[in-house]
Amino acid sequence: MRPPRETSFRRVAEDIGQAGYSIFKDIKIQISFLGELGYKLVSSLLRPQRICWKDFYLLAEKAGADAISITALLGFLIGLILAFQSAVGMARFGAEVYVADMIVLSMFKEMGPLITAFVLASRSGSAYAAEIGTMKVNEELDALHTFGMDPVRFLVVPRVLALVTALPLLTLFNILFALLGALVVMTLLGFPFIVFWDRCREAADLVDLFSGLVKTFVFGYFIAAIGCLRGLYTGKGASAVGDSATRAVVTCIVMIVIVDGLFAVMYYYLGI
Amino acid sequence: MTVAENEVIIQVQDLTGGYGDTVILKDITFDVHRGEVFIILGGSGCGKSTLMKYMIGLEKPFRGQVYVDGIEIIHTSEVDYKKAIRSFGVMYQHGALFGSMNLMENICLVLEEFTDLPREAMMSIAQMRLNQVGLGDAAYKMPSDLSGGMRKRAAIARAMALDPKILFLDEPSAGLDPITSAQMDELILRLSKTLNITFVIVTHELTSIFAVADRCIMLDGDARTIVAAGNPHELRENSDNRWVQQFFHRQASDGANQL
Repeated sequence: MRPPRETSFRRVAEDIGQAGYSIFKDIKIQISFLGELGYKLVSSLLRPQRICWKDFYLLAEKAGADAISITALLGFLIGLILAFQSAVGMARFGAEVYVADMIVLSMFKEMGPLITAFVLASRSGSAYAAEIGTMKVNEELDALHTFGMDPVRFLVVPRVLALVTALPLLTLFNILFALLGALVVMTLLGFPFIVFWDRCREAADLVDLFSGLVKTFVFGYFIAAIGCLRGLYTGKGASAVGDSATRAVVTCIVMIVIVDGLFAVMYYYLGI
Repeated sequence: MTVAENEVIIQVQDLTGGYGDTVILKDITFDVHRGEVFIILGGSGCGKSTLMKYMIGLEKPFRGQVYVDGIEIIHTSEVDYKKAIRSFGVMYQHGALFGSMNLMENICLVLEEFTDLPREAMMSIAQMRLNQVGLGDAAYKMPSDLSGGMRKRAAIARAMALDPKILFLDEPSAGLDPITSAQMDELILRLSKTLNITFVIVTHELTSIFAVADRCIMLDGDARTIVAAGNPHELRENSDNRWVQQFFHRQASDGANQL
């Protein structure tokens, strides 16, 4: 029998209401967790002997050193492709030489930090969610609790410190290799290295570089925090850990874009 | 257990709890005496593990109190809770050993959190605990390199790191073959006798219950409360409760007979 029209409308309204409520609840959890983490991060930094430094070094190596190759490869290819595509368009105006200006500015201020943050969100953010989610499923988080150990201080703080350290350094690698990619295109177009170097120095300065790098500290904090949060809130069942990892990547990417937008507005008003 | 040891170490009073709006446990009241092996038993899904989680302060019930070694564990402050957890250790169903650390590190981690002992002293204690559970040679093995039974014994060694008065064990025999299960029972009896540790064990393994238990309570999932309490041998012989008799004599319920 076909359900009455009101019932169908009511169901849709209920679904929308429930979806809205769960999004609201999730945002509330995120804000509360980020606040708790901020407090515990500062209190841990004030008493550094309480930080699990052994974990920090291992995590920094995994998130940083082990990700150099993928970050460098992506940087090189994106620099190469961007330079090539823009050279084709700019050739119509005889402005190929300004490809270097465009690449250096976009990589310093936006592309470098964003690409590297996306790489770490999908690589480390998901790994943290899966790792902590598995610990939850295996009752290791319960065990921590009954040993009087705070999972945020013990698990999340070293991960946040690892990403906050690794992301700026990886971004530098990404930018360097993107410029190498652009240099290859410029060389093929017949411009000597000195012209490329001169255009880069003319177009951008250290303020541009650091305006991009400052963002990576904040990106690193959010990627690690959200990855760990999703892990801590892993549900029950066979697919729970996978779901947490997926949610971690999606939330990290959305958060990175939002934070990047806020930085863009802030830099506009600061005249950077 | 001797009469002199008849002192109450855990008190559970009027405890009612569940998840969301669903009540799983209702008006649960019982005492555990110092030095005894106390079993919480019942069918699958009757709330045995949930009751244990309330008793160790891992989850909050709707109402009721739990006193562990004199400290009310549910409504206590974080400082008092940290004091209370020094008096007990917990072995979780799958061991819950930290996978990134070897057994020595797993035990030392707990000692680091609660003591200021030098590293060598911590390692000596950890080695002693591993020897007590028969894993002296496995100190530097990773949890993933151990069998299920070894992982559970290692988890007991970690739970004993701080020399607790009480050990909570969640399904210590689950998933173990009969021989390993019997070894686990022997270990529990040996630790209970030699170290005078009070054991609170959640299980539904009949062989283990009859092998180690001094007293038990039986939970019924339908009644959502305690339906029998006492020595398991006596309950099996004397209880007139139908569910208790079905459980101890491994009889299918009426509903299951109709399947």
